[in-house]
Amino acid sequence: MVEPAVDLTHGEAHDDHADHGPQGWLKYLWSTDHKVIAMQYMFTGMFMALVGGFMAYVFRMQLAFPGINVPGFGAVSPGEYNALVTNHGTIMIFWVAMPVLLAAFGNYLIPLMIGADDMVFPKINRLSFQVFFVSTIVILASLFVEGGGFAGAWTAYPPLSADSTYNLTDLGSTLWVIGVGLEFVAFLLGGINFITTLMNSRAPGMRAFDVPIVVWMIVVASILFMLSVGPLLAGAIMLIFDQTLGTGFFDPGMGGDPILWQHLFWFFGHPEVYVVLLPAMGVVVEIITTFARKKLFAYRTVIFTIVATGVLSFFVWAHHQFIAGIDPRMANIFTITTLLISVPIAELCFIYIATLYGGSIRLTTPMLWALAFVAEFLIGGVTGIFLGAAGADIYFHDTYFVLAHFHYTFFPIAIIGTFAAFTYWFPKMFGKMMDERLGKIHFWLTIIPFNMIFIPLFVLGMGGQHRRIYNYDQFPDLAGGVFQDMRELATWSLLIMLAAQFIFFYNCWKTARSGPRASKNPWKANSLEWTTESPPPHGNWHHLRMPVVYRGPYEYSVPDREDDYWPQNEPDGAPLQVVDDDTGEQGR
Amino acid sequence: MSGFFEFFRVDYFDPLIEVASSYAADIDGLIWLVLLLVGFWFLLAQGVFFWFILKYRAQPGRRAEYIDGKKKRHKRWITVPHLLVLVCDVLIIVISFNVWYKIKMDLPDNPDGGVIRVIGQQWAWTFQHPGADRELDTDDDIFMVDELHVENNRTYHFELQSTDVLHSFSVPVWRIKQDAIPGRTITGWFRPTETGEFDVQCAEICGFGHGVMAARVWIEDAETHAAWVAENTPATAAAAMEAAMPTPTVAAAAAPGGHGGH
Amino acid sequence: MRPIATTRAATGTATGKLAVWWVLASEVVIFGGLLASYVMFRLGHPEWADAAAVTNTHIGAFNTWVLLTSSLTAVLAHQAAERGDGRKAAKFLYFTIGGAAVFILVKTYEWWYEISHGYTITSNGFWAFYYTAAGLHAFHVIAGAVIMAFVARDAARGRELHRVELIGIYWHFVDIVWIFLFPLLYIAK
Ligand code: HEA
Ligand code: HEA
Ligand code: CUA
Ligand SMILES: [Cu+2]
Repeated sequence: MVEPAVDLTHGEAHDDHADHGPQGWLKYLWSTDHKVIAMQYMFTGMFMALVGGFMAYVFRMQLAFPGINVPGFGAVSPGEYNALVTNHGTIMIFWVAMPVLLAAFGNYLIPLMIGADDMVFPKINRLSFQVFFVSTIVILASLFVEGGGFAGAWTAYPPLSADSTYNLTDLGSTLWVIGVGLEFVAFLLGGINFITTLMNSRAPGMRAFDVPIVVWMIVVASILFMLSVGPLLAGAIMLIFDQTLGTGFFDPGMGGDPILWQHLFWFFGHPEVYVVLLPAMGVVVEIITTFARKKLFAYRTVIFTIVATGVLSFFVWAHHQFIAGIDPRMANIFTITTLLISVPIAELCFIYIATLYGGSIRLTTPMLWALAFVAEFLIGGVTGIFLGAAGADIYFHDTYFVLAHFHYTFFPIAIIGTFAAFTYWFPKMFGKMMDERLGKIHFWLTIIPFNMIFIPLFVLGMGGQHRRIYNYDQFPDLAGGVFQDMRELATWSLLIMLAAQFIFFYNCWKTARSGPRASKNPWKANSLEWTTESPPPHGNWHHLRMPVVYRGPYEYSVPDREDDYWPQNEPDGAPLQVVDDDTGEQGR
Repeated sequence: MSGFFEFFRVDYFDPLIEVASSYAADIDGLIWLVLLLVGFWFLLAQGVFFWFILKYRAQPGRRAEYIDGKKKRHKRWITVPHLLVLVCDVLIIVISFNVWYKIKMDLPDNPDGGVIRVIGQQWAWTFQHPGADRELDTDDDIFMVDELHVENNRTYHFELQSTDVLHSFSVPVWRIKQDAIPGRTITGWFRPTETGEFDVQCAEICGFGHGVMAARVWIEDAETHAAWVAENTPATAAAAMEAAMPTPTVAAAAAPGGHGGH
Repeated sequence: MRPIATTRAATGTATGKLAVWWVLASEVVIFGGLLASYVMFRLGHPEWADAAAVTNTHIGAFNTWVLLTSSLTAVLAHQAAERGDGRKAAKFLYFTIGGAAVFILVKTYEWWYEISHGYTITSNGFWAFYYTAAGLHAFHVIAGAVIMAFVARDAARGRELHRVELIGIYWHFVDIVWIFLFPLLYIAK
């Protein structure tokens, strides 16, 4: 970046953005720059995705070929199987979906998209990552302690999770709770930053309804998280006390109640699924509007639907407990609320489809991912309705139907949505253009196997296969035959999908080495992050030329304009060049 | 009214899994209804979605339209479907209530099969059959580990208990599932409608041996069942208590193919 | 060193204040979850009243008074800070910290007494909640006092005076939580 010749002292601020902190790699560990923190979250999340994917590989091998020595792991004992499933679920949700979608993209995008130079509390932001980093170490360590990792499912229902004579993983279960608890603290710290930054630090001129949807979504998700996680944090304290001190909060023998944990867990657990859903939904909005060159259909309605979803999500939790021994009358109430939540989400999906109408669609790699998100998420969404109808859930509960349902929501979110966001903002983040051809090959080799993994699992679930069972030889009705063929099909597909990820990493590596440089705005998009360098400098914009906003982010293909896009910071009628101008004086 | 609900009793999923209880067809019918309603919207949404993608591919010289979705004429493409989705929701809720009420809230009185006590424990099921007198907690009760025997076309109540952690009593062919909670007794019912031998699973993770907490249910016609009862009725109450001790060791339960055995 | 972002206030409320309110919102649900669980259990276990009868209402009341007083000095500190009198604000904050110290000392005595009489966290459900809820609250008191010490040190030198108000808001919250805990754990017998 060319430093302007202007004397900086008259802008009374001393140069805030020069790096005074530690140098070298320490700089990255102690940086308070939101972009660096975003990268830290992203690469930790990417690493954990590989860990979670490896776990899926191990237990899927065991399911397809019971008893074999899984290459790279060895034979899988029942206890190890449970530990792998438990930590696969835990890691994928809390160490992949949340850090990547919420923390990494939240950190990266919020300041850039609202035209700020950083988060309002950079040090709290750094603390958030540091706590998260410790939590990562704790959860990984828990896998290797004596007795192995926690093996009581990611839902950790007591009494199993509360008493080591039941779960046989004394240290593992306590470390698991501590790890998850720390992770929550990290996201609480991060969330406060996200919310206050959006509320207070928007660029001059940016009204609430000029904020890009993805920022709204991430912030609403943070609020949802913040308002739902409290009871579970309290529950986690109680659980740790049950485990280590011998209290009996969840022990019926001591006057406690195991169902209490389920309420505390799902009161958080259901809003949590929307916490990860919303950021992915937001990413998709940015991408489809850009590549369809379309204004978002009904911007305000989108905001209202996500708020409605958020509010409703606090009243559906017991649909995970229909047959858990709660009062059966409660099931009826929760069936109503659960089915009602399909209305705002259906509305969102319809809005996305409507946005495509009349567009000029370019199927770039990010666009493919974004469209695939919509197509696949619909499958996950509609299968939730089967489960929400309490009568049908009697049969489906804890079968692979549930499993396939939530992989059809989580995979689109945590993997498809992440790849969409990653490929879309890659030029901004790293200043290079990825290889489109490799990107598309990677896309197809991920999407097709994905469906081939989980469609068979739907069928297995309808056939009565239950979750967390390490070997179906025990169940004559389900062992062997077509059922086993489907298990093998799922596993083979997974192997293909995992292999395809090498294409992705190769693409990243190749691009980093020899990819073409990215311009400021390679996709010709409107939002503010595209008005600064790729990658943005420390402070995002020169501090004398912070952006000013004149309109919403989705003004594509406005009639009577030559360009089919209209950056948010471009004054009405002004020629485009001013934005690219580097001299500083005419900046705003 | 009941005729209306009868309409939703189906067994379309028979090829995948048997319908072997009186209410299995109710659940299948509900699933079928959801499949129809939700499937309709799903196909419609996907159809329109892919149609738009194909139709509006970028072409040189064509510019995208500018639609902000605020005009009524545009907005109704969202509002009308969303009201219709609401209508579908209501229909599903009503049918679901009916099924749920029948299975989980209503307990048919005077079960002609008797009451069976089902006790989950790490990692085996103990079934306390009522025996010849069809009365529970009498001397002729038959205790079985991982083996459940019932007579076809009779209504049973069950009392579900757990001695340690959560388990879940699941018999897929009956479409029944209920968590067992230590410290509580949960009652429910079933009425088998087809003879045969089927899986009983534990559907709630319960520790190391969760995967091997497998049992079998034998649904027998009247003679076979009577013969089984006669053969297994304990000579004395003391013998009955003996049989009540389930095999507690992990090794026994975890042995491959260890279902149904003791 | 502050980023420009921190100096903006699109809502018209200072960012620090907003943040404190959001922190409190998340704290409310943490304590809310714990206390709601307790209340549900308590309703299901009338016999817990016997255990509750052991707690010393007088000491509890004294501690309530201590906390309320310390909240008052926090308010006075805020007023002083508003007038720009950092020295005075710091003095009032030290008073508040003193209140916190008294509170914790009294609490220590109480727990010591109860534990030495055999009422430990594992004794029964009531005691489990008693120690957990009061312990979590005491943790907040200690954390608040520590932060307050830093704020007071800065305030004494006339720096970061706006933080006096922020820590005050937090302190009122800690106070209010106690006002819920006191009747639930001590008075309801
Ligand atoms: C991000 C993840 C995510 C998302 C978005 C959802 C979304 C939904 N989920 Fe899912 N769910 C999970 C993750 C998710 N879920 C997980 C992880 C579990 C299992 C946890 C465990 O036990 O380990 C689970 C389990 C689960 C259960 C419990 C099952 C059981 O254990 O027995 C239920 C029951 O109601 C349910 C329902 C729903 C519903 C109704 C939605 C709705 O939000 C879906 C709404 C969307 C649509 C409906 C599609 C769009 C609408 C249309 C195309 C219109 C047509 C629709 C109608 C006519 C109704 N889910
Ligand atoms: C976000 C959530 C998520 C994701 C993505 C996945 C991904 C996968 N899951 Fe998982 N799963 C869960 C959440 C998730 N799962 C949960 C919550 C459970 C329940 C646990 C329990 O019962 O307690 C579960 C359980 C579960 C089971 C049930 C086991 C049992 O009950 O016995 C199975 C079985 O097949 C399974 C399979 C898979 C497979 C094959 C994948 C594959 O899709 C994995 C493939 C992974 C990759 C291909 C990684 C690619 C990613 C990258 C390369 C990184 C990119 C990053 C950036 C660009 C930043 N999962
Ligand atoms: Cu018993 Cu699982
Ligand atoms: Cu849910």
